[in-house]
Amino acid sequence: MKSIIGLFCGIIFGAGLTVSQMVNPLKVFNFLDVFGHWDPSLAFVMMGALTVFGIGYFLFLKPRTHAINGEDMPLIPKGAIDKQLLVGASLFGIGWGLTGICPGPGIANLGSLNPDILVFVAVMTVGLIIGNKLQR
Amino acid sequence: MTEFTPVSALLGGALIGLSAFILMLTIGRIAGCSGIVINIFRIKNQSKSHLFWRISFVVGLVVGPLIIGSFTQFSIPTTYDFPRFIMIVGALLVGIGAGLGNGCTSGHGICGMGRLSIRSVAATITFMTTAFITVFIVRHLLEL
Repeated sequence: MKSIIGLFCGIIFGAGLTVSQMVNPLKVFNFLDVFGHWDPSLAFVMMGALTVFGIGYFLFLKPRTHAINGEDMPLIPKGAIDKQLLVGASLFGIGWGLTGICPGPGIANLGSLNPDILVFVAVMTVGLIIGNKLQR
Repeated sequence: MTEFTPVSALLGGALIGLSAFILMLTIGRIAGCSGIVINIFRIKNQSKSHLFWRISFVVGLVVGPLIIGSFTQFSIPTTYDFPRFIMIVGALLVGIGAGLGNGCTSGHGICGMGRLSIRSVAATITFMTTAFITVFIVRHLLEL
């Protein structure tokens, strides 16, 4: 059952990335290029996602202690804003700015079987494991 | 140049938010793409059912765009016109950064910010800032 939900949510997520064109590095570059031919479209992706998830969270998820399948709801990490978080986020932003591809869209692009994107996802996955191991 | 597409951007964003909402409501999990990938490789500490939903989410992420592409005008790109080494360096930074910083655009940007997590707000502001600066340097200072 969990796998079916995983597959369903993955499909909806991938469809959303495609309709919103988060999967298109050119759209990402032009969103990040405020001083060029700025295309603010991707701000609307964030708005759409945050509106649906945020409202859903405060109305339906926050009051619950358990998910429908009985598992605990994920906690909001209480930790301070530490160096690890900021260094990680900074490096992530540089990589995203260089390629216009973040993890979700990278995977969503795999269907094209383009060698560049296969390389991207393979290297990114190695990077994720390294980054995770570097955590203290 | 790309066209300004606020309607499809909002609609696509809404689908992403809906996916994250359903995943948390039904199985109590965060739809963070980098976290899902990392956890697939932590085989030791998870039950089979956890491993399987993560793998099937990734499969859905690949299949979803192909389904949408089969009956709408929206599709994934087929070529990337920047050098292979940029792709490799960038991918490594994306991976190490998201691994170290505990999340990416989906985990921090949507699931974290949507729950008003202070850490996620800080992370999102940080990676947006370095991404803006990187594109500024590449496009306007180096003029690549």
